[in-house]
Amino acid sequence: MSDVTAEELMAVTASRLLADHKVVFAGVGMPLLASAVARHRQAPHLTIVLEGGIIGTTLLPGKLPISTNEMRAAYGAQMLTDITDIFLYAQRGFFDYGFLGAAQVDMYGNINTSVIGSMERPRVRLPGSGGANDIISLCNEVLIVTQHEPRRFVERVDFITSPGYLSGGDSRARAGLVGGRLGAVVTDLALLDFEPGSRRMRLRGLQAGVTVGQVREQTGFDLLVGDDIEELVPPSAQELAIYRELRDGPATAEPAADAGDLADRVPAGPA
Amino acid sequence: MEPVTVMAARAEREAAGRPVADKRMTAEDAAALIRDGDHVAIGGTLYSRTPMALVFALLRQRRRHLTVSRPLACYEIELFLATGALDRIVTSWVGIGLPWGLAPVFRHYVERGEARYDEWSHLAMGLRYKAGAMGVPFLPSLTMLGSDLAGALGLQTVDCPYTGEQLAAVPALNPDVALIHAHRADMFGNVQVDGYRHMDADMAKAARTVIVSAERIVSPEEIAASPAQTMLPHFAVDAVVAAPYGSYPHECYGLYGPDFGHFTAYAAATKEQGPAGALRYVEENVDGHTGFAGFIAAAGPERLAALAADAGELMGR
Repeated sequence: MSDVTAEELMAVTASRLLADHKVVFAGVGMPLLASAVARHRQAPHLTIVLEGGIIGTTLLPGKLPISTNEMRAAYGAQMLTDITDIFLYAQRGFFDYGFLGAAQVDMYGNINTSVIGSMERPRVRLPGSGGANDIISLCNEVLIVTQHEPRRFVERVDFITSPGYLSGGDSRARAGLVGGRLGAVVTDLALLDFEPGSRRMRLRGLQAGVTVGQVREQTGFDLLVGDDIEELVPPSAQELAIYRELRDGPATAEPAADAGDLADRVPAGPA
Repeated sequence: MEPVTVMAARAEREAAGRPVADKRMTAEDAAALIRDGDHVAIGGTLYSRTPMALVFALLRQRRRHLTVSRPLACYEIELFLATGALDRIVTSWVGIGLPWGLAPVFRHYVERGEARYDEWSHLAMGLRYKAGAMGVPFLPSLTMLGSDLAGALGLQTVDCPYTGEQLAAVPALNPDVALIHAHRADMFGNVQVDGYRHMDADMAKAARTVIVSAERIVSPEEIAASPAQTMLPHFAVDAVVAAPYGSYPHECYGLYGPDFGHFTAYAAATKEQGPAGALRYVEENVDGHTGFAGFIAAAGPERLAALAADAGELMGR
C-alpha cells in the first residue's frame, strides 16, 4: 500500500461509485481517469461523456487528454456533437453522474474556481467555471473528487462558482436547481456525503489507516460524522494495474515521448 | 452586461445582400473588416480548431477596445491583452490547460482592473450564442441558478408562464464579428467541419459579420458530395480565407495535434516576464512574419509532420 499515490487512491476509490449501464459527465483529470477505470472493471457499459461534444470516449492508454476538447479525449467515441448540445442532454436528465474535481469546496459542497478575494478586486483571478457550474447544476447526481487539505475544505467558499447545497437545507431547491443531488465527495483520506436535513458535509468512510481525528485536522470546518463509519477497501492490484496502464500506456510498449510526463501533472479540475 | 441587440442584428441581416459570389480574400483584408471597439467571437475551444491565422491577422492590426468572447479562452487572449487591443473578455474559462498553471498575463490585467472578465458558465456561453443564432433575446435554462456567477453578472430569472417554474433568462449575444476555422470551404462560403463542432455554428449565425478560414478551399462540387458535413451555408458567411495549418499551434481535428512544446515555451516566457513575454511572442511570431504562412514555415515541416502523425494515430491511420 505504501507505494500507492494519493491520486491513485482517490481515482480508484471514486471509480467504485460508478455503476454499470449509467452515463457519466466527467471533468478532465481524475474524474475522467476514475470513470475510465470503472469501465475497465465493474462498469463496462458506463458511457463517458465530455464537454467538448464527445459521447462514449474510450481513451487511448498512455495518451490521456489534458483538455476535454481535444482529439485524445475523443478517441473511440460513438458520437461527436457540439458543446451546447452536450450540456442540453444534461439539462434533459440523461446524465446519471456529473463528476468533478474541486480546488476549493465548502461544507455545503459549493465550489469556487473563480476568485480568491473579491470579484471586483481579486487577489487571485482563477480561470473560471468552465463546465463545472453546468455539470453540478444539471446532472442527476454529482460526485466530487479532490485532495483532503484544510485550504481546499473551507467553511464557506469566497465565491460560489458552482452551486452545491448553497446555504444548506432546501436553499438549493429554492434557487430553482432541479438536478444535481450531491452524492459523494472522495478524498485521499475519506468518503463523505451530505446529511439529508442540514445538507452539511458528513464523514461516511475512512481510507485504510486513517483516523477520524486526521480527517478533522485536514478539514477547515466542523465536519459532521456519520453513525457507521466504514473502512474503505484499499485499491486492489487489479485496480492499480488498470489505472497505471491508462495513465502510462501498456507496460511493454515504448513510452510515448511526452505521455508519462504529462499524465503525472494532470490534476483534478473542471474544463 | 452589454445590452441585448438581437433585433438590431436581425435588421442588419435582413438588409444585407446575400450574393452567391467569390468571397475569398487574404486574412489581412478580412481582419480589416474588424473595427476598434468591436465584439469579436473566436471559434473553436481552448486549443482546438482556434482560427489562429485570423487571430494573428487581427493582432497585426493592433485594434483597440475590443471585446473577445470564446467558449474557453486560451493564450490568444493574453496576446490581445499584451498588445493593448482588449478591454473585456467574455467566456467561462481562461488558461492554456491545467498543466501550465494559471495564466499570468490574464491575471496581470484582470487583477489590476485593467481588463474586465465577464465569467459565464460554459453552457450559458453556448445559450448566449444560440439565442443570438435563433433571433430571440434570451433562452430559459436551469443552469447558473443560485451561483455567485449569476449575481456578479446581473443575470435575471424568468417565471414560466405555463408552470410557474423559475428559470435563468440567458441573454442573446450577437457578436460584431465571428472568426471560425474550418476544414473545408468553397469560395462562396459553404463551410464544412469534421469532428466536434464546439459552438461555432451558433456563434457564426449570431454574428453580424462572419469570417471563415479553411484548411482547404474546395470546389462547390466537393461540398455537395457530402452535404451533411456542411456546418454553415454560404449566405451566413461573409469572407473566406485560405489557411493551411490555420489553427497551428492549436489542433485541427483529424489533421494535426496541438504543439505542446510551443505552449510550454510561451508559458515559461510569460511566467518569467509577464506581459512583456507575451508582447515579445507577438513581435516574433506575428509581426516577425509578413503573413501566417511565414509563421507556419518557421515551425518547420518536421514539426508539422509530427503533429499530423499524432492526429493520424488517434484517427487509426
